[in-house]
Amino acid sequence: MLNFLLLIFIYTGIYALMAIGQNLITGYVGLLSLTQAGFFAIGSYVTAILTVKMGVNFWLTIPVAILISAFFGLLIGLPTLRLRGDYLAIATLGFGEIVRNILNNWDKLTNGPMGIQRIPMVTLFGHTISPYRKWGFLILVWSFVLIAYLLFQRLAKSRLGRALEAIREDEIAASSMGINVTAYKVWAFIFGAAVAGVAGSLQAVFILSVAPGVFTFMVSIMVLCMVVLGGMGNFKAVILGALIIQFISYFPQLTGLTNVIPPQFKQVLFGLILVVMMIWRPQGILGREQRSAPWRPFSKRRAK
Amino acid sequence: MMCGPPLVGGLPIKEPFVGSIAEFFQHLMNGLTLGGIYALIALGYTMVYGILKFINFAHGDILMVGSYIGLFAFNLIKGQTLGPWTFIAFFIAMLAGMAFSAGLGVVIERVAYKPLRKATRLAPLLSAIGVSFILSNMAAWIWGTKSRKLDYPFKNTPIKFGGVSITPHQILILVVVVIMMIALKLFVDRSRIGKAMRATSLDQDTAKLMGVKVDQIIAITFAIGSALAATAGFLIALEIKVYPSMGTMTGLKAFVAAVVGGIGNISGAMLGGILLGLLETFGVALLGIPYGLRDTIAFVALILILLIKPEGLLGKAEKEKV
Repeated sequence: MLNFLLLIFIYTGIYALMAIGQNLITGYVGLLSLTQAGFFAIGSYVTAILTVKMGVNFWLTIPVAILISAFFGLLIGLPTLRLRGDYLAIATLGFGEIVRNILNNWDKLTNGPMGIQRIPMVTLFGHTISPYRKWGFLILVWSFVLIAYLLFQRLAKSRLGRALEAIREDEIAASSMGINVTAYKVWAFIFGAAVAGVAGSLQAVFILSVAPGVFTFMVSIMVLCMVVLGGMGNFKAVILGALIIQFISYFPQLTGLTNVIPPQFKQVLFGLILVVMMIWRPQGILGREQRSAPWRPFSKRRAK
Repeated sequence: MMCGPPLVGGLPIKEPFVGSIAEFFQHLMNGLTLGGIYALIALGYTMVYGILKFINFAHGDILMVGSYIGLFAFNLIKGQTLGPWTFIAFFIAMLAGMAFSAGLGVVIERVAYKPLRKATRLAPLLSAIGVSFILSNMAAWIWGTKSRKLDYPFKNTPIKFGGVSITPHQILILVVVVIMMIALKLFVDRSRIGKAMRATSLDQDTAKLMGVKVDQIIAITFAIGSALAATAGFLIALEIKVYPSMGTMTGLKAFVAAVVGGIGNISGAMLGGILLGLLETFGVALLGIPYGLRDTIAFVALILILLIKPEGLLGKAEKEKV
């Protein structure tokens, strides 16, 4: 049982990484992207191919996964983000499917539907971090989450983050203030893609194999649900969302009701979460993170 | 939305291109049939977009439900003996699917989109994705993921016109598509409700001041769009199978068709659908695009049109108002 809980926490971490990226795109800029699964797949396959076929160390595959995911982010973002946000949703929806299509068909590189097996385990300073010993892997995954969280939190508070929020609130006003709307949107999209690529790399060394069947549209929807449920524009909330969604997703196995609950149940529930949250609580459980007012110890109000 | 059997979407394309005029016309026919179906679906996207300025992601899944209902209705009423009744039953079943989808479309609008009309742009999109996911998974839950085929009892032997062979199914599809398009065009251009629809899409507030019941018009728009999608779904069931995730790829392509033609523009959706159908057919036949990558053509077309002429072929470039 403990092992199973640890497994859920590991998956929560992997998905939290994707959700952090999605949050920058959806929560901060207000764009609907439906392709975290696609970048997740790219990251996974980069790690799998480099480690298995070329014998590259796992740690070196991460920057490659980041670069390649980011490159594809740029590739979709550049044509679609010049226009109204709606097109991004459709283009990303198509992109996710095409990635899976290519993974399925490019036999030489990806082994087609069979996928790639026997990915070597991660080693750190001579120690193997085996996915079978869950505690070690949990720490590995969550240290990545921590790094991503701190990084994105910084990013969101920086000039980029403020520009993104300005774009979300009013694109025209933002652009008249001198913000290059397209460039900032594309950057947000690239960052979101890159962190999903890292999540993919981790997933590859956790399962020790990759196959195209894993990277369905369901993954993108789950990530979207995490952001919507937790609270758009709040990185802590998004991680909480990841935890809740993962628990919902493993609910049948946790309670031993796999025979009673049909496999579609959780998917229907995810759909319902999106609709219900939008109607009754669009800000999510925790809500958007408020910018704290600058600290003024001797403000006039106090002097009165 | 995407789970279960692999995505197919669209109609199968028959023989590869060799080079004669007859074969050219053959592909033209196949492309037109496919394109006609895309056009019917694209109309729903474009009409809703024209009025509410949002992409109804659940449109493809409404199509899926419509084609299931049509299929069940046909099996229920077609009877044992083959005769004129079977033919009539086919159309009654189609109407049943249309009616169900129309109702479903109205309910979805009322429950999931209407409360969000004043919300941010993102809210109805997210809600629509949710609805789409609910529909396709409910369908898989209730009807199973196994794909079914419409068992249309009449023989589908191709009829030869010169070197071009046309199947009765194709003729049926083309006739229904053309009738639907003309009916829709007449309805939107000539009828009172059509006029109200155009007024609503131009300016909702002014239309309201002029006495147009905007909520009702939006409901009617959803009903018509959904009914057209159900028709398309039922026609697809003639040629390929029906399964819970069928709406996704088909819907995605039809949306591309709507964008290519100019989203919000009814003639544009028709043109875009037919162009996309031809592009896919000739892309595989003439340009030698591998069949497995056929679904990619629509996507590339979308990116190209967004780069070159984002307002679409018949659309007008719109300046966003502050």
